Amino acid sequence: MRALTWHGTHDVRVDTVDDPEIINSRDAIIEVTSTAICGSDLHLYDGVIPGVLPGDVLGHEFMGRVVETGSDSTLKKGQRVVVPFTISCGGCFHCQIQQFSACENSNPAEKQDMSAKLYGHSMAALFGYSHMTGGYSGGQAEYVRVPYSDVGPIVVPDHLDDDKVLFLSDILPTGWMAAENAEIQPDDTVAVWGCGPVGLFAIQSAIVMGASKVIAIDHYPNRLALAKQLGAEVIDFRKTNVREALMEMSGGIGVDAVIDAVGMESHGFAVDNLVDVVKQKVGMGADRASALKQAILAVRPGGRVSIPGVYGGLTDKFPLGALMEKGLHIRSGQTHVQRYTKDLLEKIEDGTLDTTFLISHRLPLEDAARGYECFSTEQDSWTKVVLKPGMDTPATN
Amino acid sequence: MTNDKQLGLAGTVAGLGLAIGGLAFGAFLSQRRKAGDDDAPFYTRKSPDSDNAVLGRTVTIRKPRAELYAFWRDFGNLPRFMENVETIRKEGDHRVWVIKAPAGQTVEIKTEVCEDVEGKRIAWRSVEGSDIETRGSVEFADAPGDRGTRVSLVMSYNPPAGNLGRTIAKLFQREPEVQARHDLKRFKGLMETGEIATSAHRKENTRAAKQQEKET
Repeated sequence: MRALTWHGTHDVRVDTVDDPEIINSRDAIIEVTSTAICGSDLHLYDGVIPGVLPGDVLGHEFMGRVVETGSDSTLKKGQRVVVPFTISCGGCFHCQIQQFSACENSNPAEKQDMSAKLYGHSMAALFGYSHMTGGYSGGQAEYVRVPYSDVGPIVVPDHLDDDKVLFLSDILPTGWMAAENAEIQPDDTVAVWGCGPVGLFAIQSAIVMGASKVIAIDHYPNRLALAKQLGAEVIDFRKTNVREALMEMSGGIGVDAVIDAVGMESHGFAVDNLVDVVKQKVGMGADRASALKQAILAVRPGGRVSIPGVYGGLTDKFPLGALMEKGLHIRSGQTHVQRYTKDLLEKIEDGTLDTTFLISHRLPLEDAARGYECFSTEQDSWTKVVLKPGMDTPATN
Repeated sequence: MTNDKQLGLAGTVAGLGLAIGGLAFGAFLSQRRKAGDDDAPFYTRKSPDSDNAVLGRTVTIRKPRAELYAFWRDFGNLPRFMENVETIRKEGDHRVWVIKAPAGQTVEIKTEVCEDVEGKRIAWRSVEGSDIETRGSVEFADAPGDRGTRVSLVMSYNPPAGNLGRTIAKLFQREPEVQARHDLKRFKGLMETGEIATSAHRKENTRAAKQQEKET
């Protein structure tokens, strides 16, 4: 089959690789109809996530048709399913309390050591990511082996297009959980750093949850325009003093909740961010966290900090004093996708949530490498790339 | 001359310093060994109690105690999750563990069950005629509420001298704790999910398949 494979920093290619097959009885094989490039794929593309090996098939946002099932799979051939990016067994303690992204069994025993050393506990497995998280082949491919297919995939009705439901795999529940983690109350003013797909879905979710005002912070005009279209007020951090503006826009109290939808590769002009950029480049592993640092200073005392943005290592000059003295609540984590898919599918069906507005480009799988390059370098206009394995390759362009 | 004298004096002082330091370090070590009146499992001590390598590990498995005990008590099941163990066969009252060694070789350990408390604890030890001296035990205790069972595996081993000893030492000391930890995690996975997790995407790429390939 054809699949997008990683070969090194800024080097991804569409290669021919072996087709997957059923190995365990709960597996299913999915023929991919749509798959997206995620902002967190860019961390792999930029080489800042350890444990990615040449030849690894990337991609963790995907959906398709069931073409093969193991004897204990509950899926049926021909069903259309969206597959959560977190692989969860359904049987361990964490799965039972719905903390699916902390599944204790999906990451093979021999691959758990690296994250256990780094974080004190091993991580659950994810599709198409680092070998720290299992090294499972990903969804930017024609076919994918999906383990525990009786737990993860959600069957979607035929009348909903791929574009409407694909993002149930990751970014929609991630944006939703980010807003949920911000514990939004009806009179709240909420600030969201980053108007990428997760930030935009967090904004949409915060509005659905009843926030009285949502303020979006970014510097790409097109992304700010999308945020505005959703009903947010916007701040361009290159033109405006963000903290001063947030104080004014929240009546001098400070925003009630902040959401960092930027993560480890944030842009910023602060000196510490530049130092962190250098450290990241030379492999000293400091996460740039300028957005998060700003968010912690901007949130009101007793406020909530929600971090859907991806971080992998350590960061310098973290404003720990502000966190303690202001009595902030912090919540973060990889999304417990399986907890949200059913409810969010209903919200898509009844029109409460629209997910198609952020798709800027649809490409055949064969063009995936170009998709990575443009998504990385032209972030203003390339907001979200969806790859379609079945789509014809255009002769030009 | 003055220089030499000074050097000599300096040497004596340094030597004395080292000696005192050594004594203090020795006292520190022996205290470490004696320590352990806290509530932590003995194998988590910073300094081991015996010369035998000891490893211990606990996992919580969301299954009833009786079920886990029964699965383990049937020793023939263990190779399903113990990657290094090829087979465990019955020989009279004993069990013979056939363990994979480098270059397609195997090592045999003849064991007897020395303690068996229904639903709670199984302990075994090697007997005469084994290639390696070892003891092990597994304990099953109820976890709080509906969290299932806490399973603790403790093993110690003492490889013999000589060439074979070195091979075995290499095999076991490479990372015995890592191996045991992985085995225990695989046991947990097998019990909770009915399968051993693998990220391979074809059968020939699973670890089990690759190991078999190495042997033939």
